[in-house]
Amino acid sequence: MNVPGESLGHPAARALTERHRIRAWEAFPWLLAIAFYFAFPRHLGFGTEVLVMILFAISLDLALGYAGIITLGHAAFFGAGAYTVGMLAFHGVWDEPITGLILAAAVAAVIGLASGLVLLRTTGLTLLMLTLCTMALLEEAANFAYTYTGSFDGLPGITFKPVLGLFEFNPLIPRTQYLYALAVLFIGFVFVRALIYSPFGQSLTGIRENTLRMHAVGAPVRTRLVVCYTISAAIAGVAGALWAQTNLYVNLSALNLERAATVLIVLVLGGYGRLYGSFIGAVAYLVLAHFLSQLYPTAWQLGLGLLLVLIALFARNGILGLFDMLRRHFRSRRPHS
Amino acid sequence: MIFGIDVVSMLLGGLAAGMVLFIVSVGLSVTMGLMGFANLAHGAFAMLGGYIIVLVMRHWGFGFTAALAAGFLLTALISVAFERLLYVRLYRAPELDQVLFTIGLVFMSIAAVTLIVGPENQPVPIPAALQGQLDLGFLQYRAYSIFLIVVGIVVVLGLWLGFERTRFGAQIRAAVDNRRMAESLGINIDRLFTVTFAFGSGMAAIGGGLGAEFLGLDPQYPLKYLVYFLIVVAVGGPGRIFGAFYAAALIGVLDFALKLYIPKGGTLFIYALTILLLLWRPQGLFGRAA
Repeated sequence: MNVPGESLGHPAARALTERHRIRAWEAFPWLLAIAFYFAFPRHLGFGTEVLVMILFAISLDLALGYAGIITLGHAAFFGAGAYTVGMLAFHGVWDEPITGLILAAAVAAVIGLASGLVLLRTTGLTLLMLTLCTMALLEEAANFAYTYTGSFDGLPGITFKPVLGLFEFNPLIPRTQYLYALAVLFIGFVFVRALIYSPFGQSLTGIRENTLRMHAVGAPVRTRLVVCYTISAAIAGVAGALWAQTNLYVNLSALNLERAATVLIVLVLGGYGRLYGSFIGAVAYLVLAHFLSQLYPTAWQLGLGLLLVLIALFARNGILGLFDMLRRHFRSRRPHS
Repeated sequence: MIFGIDVVSMLLGGLAAGMVLFIVSVGLSVTMGLMGFANLAHGAFAMLGGYIIVLVMRHWGFGFTAALAAGFLLTALISVAFERLLYVRLYRAPELDQVLFTIGLVFMSIAAVTLIVGPENQPVPIPAALQGQLDLGFLQYRAYSIFLIVVGIVVVLGLWLGFERTRFGAQIRAAVDNRRMAESLGINIDRLFTVTFAFGSGMAAIGGGLGAEFLGLDPQYPLKYLVYFLIVVAVGGPGRIFGAFYAAALIGVLDFALKLYIPKGGTLFIYALTILLLLWRPQGLFGRAA
């Protein structure tokens, strides 16, 4: 509104003022998700898994892709959320799902805030180490507190109240689970999308690109990073809670290195710092994993490792980055009109 | 008196474990100090070495020492190939790419070893001379643990001599302290790094073989002990040989003692202590502030 008329006509100014607008194709993933519900009623369990993974990857994208916080311990928050709803339901304290998600978000946010306040004073290798250590610490704690967490056996067969008091979780026909996860993912995505295009989100990108310059222009770099880390942790906590609620169990796999590595792979496979990278990555990874890991578990791991090596060496922006490259390639070949 | 002997035997057991940690991690410490490269695949070279040692002993009848030498040489050679062909492309890459690349290598090594050798634990046969108990005068202790402690001390003294008394060591120290300045003085950092990387991987191989007695040797090795190796490096300070030595000894003894008294949650304290320590000194106990 306040932009002078003549500068609005400039292509760069237009790109800047319009980049947050919702484009027509952005409805596509959601339509696809709804179509999946009707087209594959027998694979809704798998679909739910994909939706939870997307939400988890989005939370990591916020910290890693946008703010540039390199973490190997994001499963700590996923696990915190999962154990929050799992333990509350298992011990009969609280089993209402939606408030459970909010509680999980709060617990994960507190852990994110507490660890972020101390971790984010460091950078590089030390930061990486500390995120790993935090996750390992939580895993050991969960392993130690047998009476509450069930330790290695986990908490099997937990039950939750119906969603909104109407829709029951049926482990055999996971229709409720799928739609519930889809709704939560949608809310989470809309929130993250708004956050990223807000001035706050822009300053995160600034910090990622050039921390020194952000300090120089007077941005409160550490506060921003801590806030971002806390929000990211809360969303990861929601993803974890969703995972526990839709699977009706929790075990130590919720917060181990393998889960943290998986979500990292999903994100970089799709392309980080791109909002939709999580969608592409989760679908690509889980479809591949679903078919290959059952047929050839070892070869699957070999392929996964090879994939990571190739991404790191040749395709730093993931699948979406490859698409961008192709698009640019064809555009530059076309004669200028 | 009985209490004193308990403490001594606890110290010895912990030190033996610490020495293995040191031998495996020292290469990682130096390469991280030199290049700042986040090589999470270092444990994969330790595992590779361990397997080479086991397999040449089993199939070709190598003796213990000969097998260790073979493990060192082969692993060093293989690591040079990796370093020259792949690692070299990522030295100036963002940290995330280094992390992805090396985690990828870890996964590939786990799968490759499972496919070729199998998923089960491989015991490393200990020579008869090192089996049984050794009489230390005031108590009997496992000869192999004493052997490990002696090896660890010999290694750290050898490395110290190499670092402090040779031209090559001086170049490494210069490069760890200030890489750009060292480069300006005409030190060939790339060559320095290749040699250090090979030597460090070879050391890791020996550590993998020697430590198989209580760390085990199975395909999950590089992932299982990744955090431990990193803790040794971070606590000791990257690029500090004595730092890695003290850190490894400390963690070995702490881990041993805690597991004795709090069997289930002992590791918890190690992680917590590491976090506190790195908050107090982000550059590690012996590292220099940037």
